Amino acid sequence: MKVRDLFENIVLAWGAMKANKLRSFLTILGVFIGVAAVIGMVAIVQGLNKSMAEQIESLGSNAIFVSRYKPGISINGHNEEERNRKRLTVEDAIAIKEFCPSVEAVSPSKSWWQYPDGNHAKYRNYEVSRPELSGVTPDYQIVYNLILQQGRFFNEMDMFYRTYTVVLGADVAEGLFPHEDPIGKIIMVNKGKFSVIGVAEERKSLLGKSMDNYLLIPLSTYEKIYPGDEGVWIGVQAKNNSLMDEAIDEMTELLRRRRGVPYDKPNDFAIFTQEAFMDIYRQITSAIYLVMIVISSIALLVGGVGVMNIMLVSVKERTREIGIRKAIGARRRDILWQFLVEAMAMTGSGGLLGIAFGLSVAMIINATTPLAATVSIPSMVIGFSFSVGVGLFFGIYPATRAAKLDPIEALRYE
Amino acid sequence: MLIETRDLWKTYVMGTETVHALRGVSIQVERGEYLAIMGPSGSGKSTLMNLIGCLDTASRGEYILNDRAVSGMNDDELAFVRNKEIGFVFQTFNLLPRATALHNVELPLIYNGTGAKERLEGAKAALSAVDLADRMNHKPNELSGGQRQRVAIARALVNNPSIILADEPTGNLDTATSEEIMDVFEKLHERGNTVIVVTHEQDIADCTQRIIYLRDGAVEKEVVK
Repeated sequence: MKVRDLFENIVLAWGAMKANKLRSFLTILGVFIGVAAVIGMVAIVQGLNKSMAEQIESLGSNAIFVSRYKPGISINGHNEEERNRKRLTVEDAIAIKEFCPSVEAVSPSKSWWQYPDGNHAKYRNYEVSRPELSGVTPDYQIVYNLILQQGRFFNEMDMFYRTYTVVLGADVAEGLFPHEDPIGKIIMVNKGKFSVIGVAEERKSLLGKSMDNYLLIPLSTYEKIYPGDEGVWIGVQAKNNSLMDEAIDEMTELLRRRRGVPYDKPNDFAIFTQEAFMDIYRQITSAIYLVMIVISSIALLVGGVGVMNIMLVSVKERTREIGIRKAIGARRRDILWQFLVEAMAMTGSGGLLGIAFGLSVAMIINATTPLAATVSIPSMVIGFSFSVGVGLFFGIYPATRAAKLDPIEALRYE
Repeated sequence: MLIETRDLWKTYVMGTETVHALRGVSIQVERGEYLAIMGPSGSGKSTLMNLIGCLDTASRGEYILNDRAVSGMNDDELAFVRNKEIGFVFQTFNLLPRATALHNVELPLIYNGTGAKERLEGAKAALSAVDLADRMNHKPNELSGGQRQRVAIARALVNNPSIILADEPTGNLDTATSEEIMDVFEKLHERGNTVIVVTHEQDIADCTQRIIYLRDGAVEKEVVK
């Protein structure tokens, strides 16, 4: 079929659709919903992706993490071997720093949750609710790229003397000191008095949830106030990006020795990079995508059957027109294409409407929520091609029927 | 010789019965002739018209149109011949209801791939030839019966076919309009077109030069004026 013929056929198809406006609209509703769902969902998921990726990147690209378990989605929970694993200790962190030459900084940390309703921080009449409270070491600043807007971070003296000092997240500083300079002020954290030595810069929010509601205190002080043998979370910074693998090897070797893992047994701990978090995230999004594909496939299928049904009706109604066209010289393939293009134009416009609707939903989400919903060109192209493809597939049978009509009988049809 | 049929048979099988719609029809038509095919209903004149118009092929016998053997052509070849050689005029006009007069006349040109500009010119010329230049953008339901039939004639003319084949062209028209339409055919004939009118009305047939009478699927007699 030549381009010019295609154009003729599109004009014809448009005329046919205009002649039965309501019917055409109802017919393409299924395709419309299917495509709108895909476009909208893809936009939302991509918005999530972007936000997530930014968050994970902010951890630092050459950060390595050590914990008892590999992060991931597990349905059965941990098995017995995993439950019996030894905890990681501050000593492990110190050993890593000492014996692994490719490692720049090591940050063991512990976090506290005050029973029953979270941590409290108070300054005079100002209070913030449920800040995260973590005990950290000076290296924390390096590993997690923490930038201070004022004051200083912890140093070795703070660690050694277990000072009651605190670094505030931006939200906490804002909440406790709306009108004052926080540096040097004494605040209450749960039941202890702490002197504010630093305030961190604002971090990127995650899906509209602020990530700045936290308090950091020296790990040594933390252990004095909250003694207990809960394990530490260890963050490690390699000297540079190219030394990541070496750093991981050195740490694996060291920890296996320290934890007494026999040479023929697998690691009883996990070392991973931010990629591992991305992987978890990808697992979640691929599940969302799968559900989405199933839903929209069903919508498109139902829509396609509707289109086929209407096309069969249309062929029947226009039997005489087909007869006329054949009498004046339309070949089978002319008629075939006429009806195929009509079916494709119908589902294609459903697709376009769906894309427009999905786009506006994404824009509304963008404007009203912190989620940056983004509609990508490929998703629009795929949405449109699929809707046209549905028309092509479900139009073949009706169009073939039209093309095969006998001109004499078609002309006689009342 | 424009049309030559040799011993054309058309047989339909309906259940267990075999119906012979045509039983060996042999006719010849010269280029530029104006003739009528007459006969009562059931005489086979519609079947013969369908065969001459290449809408159908014969069960037996030969049909040579413009030195080409039509018998044995496939669907697409027949469509090509219909487009090039035949201009149909039907009793019920058979115009596309949603299309304007102009677009209806353009249709045959669309199917042989004529360019948009030439198509428009051709269609306008054909409509002017039937005195409908001022009604080009009207749809069929905005036209009178006579005007509709003239649009149909313009459509039949537009491709310069070898034959204009009219099936009861005045069957749905009153007497005055019928005369008007027959005048159009007369004019086309004078311009050198070959016109074949299939009818059962004697006074319509009388307008032509030669009348072929069919009865029971065979040629009963021919009258030349």
